[in-house]
Amino acid sequence: MSALTFTPAGIYCPSGDFYIDPWKPVDRALITHGHADHARWGMGSYLATDIAAPVMHHRLGDVSIDTVRYGETLTIGGAKVSFHPAGHVPGSAQIRVEVAGEVWVASGDYKVVDDGLSTPFEPVKCHHFITESTFGLPVFRWQEQAVIAQQINDWWAGCQAAGKTAFLGCYALGKAQRLMSMLNPEIGPILTHTAIENTNAVMRGQGIVLPDTIQAGADFDHKAHPGGLVLAPPSALGSAWARKFGAQENAFASGWMALRGIRRRRAGDRGFVISDHADWSGLLSAIKETEAENIYVTHGYTEIFTRFLNDQGWNAQVLQTEFGGEDAEDEAA
Amino acid sequence: MKRFAALFNAIDQSTKTTVKVAALTDYFQLAPEEDRIWTIAIFSGRRPKRAVNTTRLREWGAEVAGIPLWLFEEAYPIVGDLAETIALVLPPPETETDHGLTYWINALRDLSQVEEPERKAFVLEAWRSLDPTQRFLFNKLLTGGFRIGVSQKLMTRALARATGKDEAEMAHRLMGDWDPATTTWAQLIEEDDPAANASRPYPFYLAYALEDAPEDLGAPADWQADWKWDGIRGQLILRGGEHFVWSRGEELMTDRFPELARARDFIPDGTVLDGELLAWGDGAPQNFNALQKRIGRKTVPKKLLTEAPVILYAYDLLEWQGADMRQKPLSERRTTLEHLCKTLPTDAPVKLSPTVPFDTWDALADTRSTARDAQAEGLMLKRKDSPYLTGRKKGDWWKWKLDPLTIDAVMIYAQSGHGRRANLFTDFTFAVWKGNELVPFTKAYSGLTDEEFRKITAWVKKNTQQRFGPVRQVTPHHVFEIAFEGIQASTRHKSGVALRFPRMSRWRHDKPVSEANSLDDLNEMLSIYG
Repeated sequence: MSALTFTPAGIYCPSGDFYIDPWKPVDRALITHGHADHARWGMGSYLATDIAAPVMHHRLGDVSIDTVRYGETLTIGGAKVSFHPAGHVPGSAQIRVEVAGEVWVASGDYKVVDDGLSTPFEPVKCHHFITESTFGLPVFRWQEQAVIAQQINDWWAGCQAAGKTAFLGCYALGKAQRLMSMLNPEIGPILTHTAIENTNAVMRGQGIVLPDTIQAGADFDHKAHPGGLVLAPPSALGSAWARKFGAQENAFASGWMALRGIRRRRAGDRGFVISDHADWSGLLSAIKETEAENIYVTHGYTEIFTRFLNDQGWNAQVLQTEFGGEDAEDEAA
Repeated sequence: MKRFAALFNAIDQSTKTTVKVAALTDYFQLAPEEDRIWTIAIFSGRRPKRAVNTTRLREWGAEVAGIPLWLFEEAYPIVGDLAETIALVLPPPETETDHGLTYWINALRDLSQVEEPERKAFVLEAWRSLDPTQRFLFNKLLTGGFRIGVSQKLMTRALARATGKDEAEMAHRLMGDWDPATTTWAQLIEEDDPAANASRPYPFYLAYALEDAPEDLGAPADWQADWKWDGIRGQLILRGGEHFVWSRGEELMTDRFPELARARDFIPDGTVLDGELLAWGDGAPQNFNALQKRIGRKTVPKKLLTEAPVILYAYDLLEWQGADMRQKPLSERRTTLEHLCKTLPTDAPVKLSPTVPFDTWDALADTRSTARDAQAEGLMLKRKDSPYLTGRKKGDWWKWKLDPLTIDAVMIYAQSGHGRRANLFTDFTFAVWKGNELVPFTKAYSGLTDEEFRKITAWVKKNTQQRFGPVRQVTPHHVFEIAFEGIQASTRHKSGVALRFPRMSRWRHDKPVSEANSLDDLNEMLSIYG
């Protein structure tokens, strides 16, 4: 029997009787990272990395989460299990499962470049590799993080010079903290929406160092912090809360901003191309380094990416999952 | 091209009109004059001739990117723009170049004279040396279709600001068929050249749709009503012994409608008329189908000329005896127009579009409801004391269209959109019931909000039954109300009908597929309105 199988509830390991990132309630769930489409509510028990667990507690409430360190090997039933850095967000993991010498890696979401905040991605050799394909098209190619940081800081300084507040829309877990670490605090104050500040507090509480931020909550004095940059979930851009800041420019930070059509549809004024998912060449290099022969392609451009892998000599197949949410674009990937 | 790329970025990175106009104004003051001319040309749809066909461009793009062509073809509909897709898949540039916009346009023009290997070498070298934004713009010049969020109105405003001239005068100067390759900045923007003026049309005055009750417009006696015709808005110019026919899209259509040449026999030089080009038969305007046969034809066979002769149904007089009439009130322009038209023989290719008399708004509403019988789409309301303005301005002219016809239909195919709608499923095919079978009868692209398009896109991804290239066959599940302006019999469509301006007016979440309309319902509409 295969070490991992695919069931209506999610990716399942019969030898260890556990699921990885299941989308239906199960007894035992191994979780790659805390984003809502991977860490769902209602599991009997959870297992995640020690770095991912605090945010999961924050999001899922009073649930039982066992933790494991990167590289530590556990034995669950007949399976040897270990978690390895996926570089997606702090604490995110690829889960390695070995049964009778057959090795599988479920990589969840990943990126191969070092964002300075998450533990950098480590390739794990395996026979079977489950990969995402959010940006699995050759039109997606990320620039160096420093280049994007420069663009964002220039834009912020420009907004400030024009007497405007800079609003940067981004995902609250991971992307927001990564962006903070890219900002130049000498330009002005970094202000945060409550949803983002709550996640910041959790991360600071576990010892992750983030730059100073000021929460723009209910009793916020808008005049006291001129020239600021506000980090907010995309849904808060242009809201009644945002309008209180007066003159402003809106930007959106996501890999989708690489496409002009989406940028014009979603971004307001500016779109910065930065993602916590691997780009085209990142996906290909990650797959190559696993030395796996069998590739299972999940959420994203699954059919196209699978066809390309097969063209290139891999044994690839599409794997239908419920990752990626209702619409990947909304994930601010 | 760096300066042009910087202009493009400034425009593309803002949604604010003031920012765009400021960037354009700067550009029109600082860029080399020849580049300014080409920029005006490009932003007003006067693009240079396509130098390389798009099939070759796709092949070369995929080749340089080192990806199979099929992969490029899969990515293209997702990006939604060919020029952008190529720019995105190419590897980073290796060298740099400093040539301006005009250099590239001239180089592309010369490219059509050389053999393909040389052409390919040139394009590949350009890709190697241009940065991503410049590459995208270069590809846009190669492929045409430069829609980048600058309306003619914004450009005109920036030009007026950069030169200190009046906006309306500037709008007038930019009209007509000037050639950017031979026109100088001085000729187009600064000098007064009577020869260039002869063919130049006036900017059209465009109406807004009336949203509220007409009572809000004030006393009926202050307003003129005429039928809103379903033809092609056109301007007929008689100057210097010649005649010119312009469409609202600033296309010179003189040769397409040779019937109008005879206007010179009856109408004096120094006259410009605004009206609707319509097919005419049996003493009345014909429906749009009759005119359709003439659209897209550069020359007209004799048979069509007799089957569907075209006239200008005139409703405004913009120039009379060589004088610009646009500042005079509509009532005065109308009186002169009526005098002029009285002198015309019945077989003249120009006729007077009659006004619709009315005393009360209620009575006019009744008349409006008969518009389809008159082959009209509704009514136009024009303030009698109004001047003829430039462009779309609120207040003096309103279109008061009939409520559209509607039918509930089932979505059966979906295709992703282009440009701003890339990566969203926005183009749908709809069907109605014929017994137990769903018969496709129309496509529709518009009418939903971005939010609704996102929802339907997520649904399409999960409910695709079959893929035909970019088209997906989906489970018949969603019912939409399709609104349209008219219905005609058609041999080109399987359903036997063709709709005019179909769009999605409502997503009928409340209706199951079984309650969508049938082909019989469509045929009944055809017998009433067709």
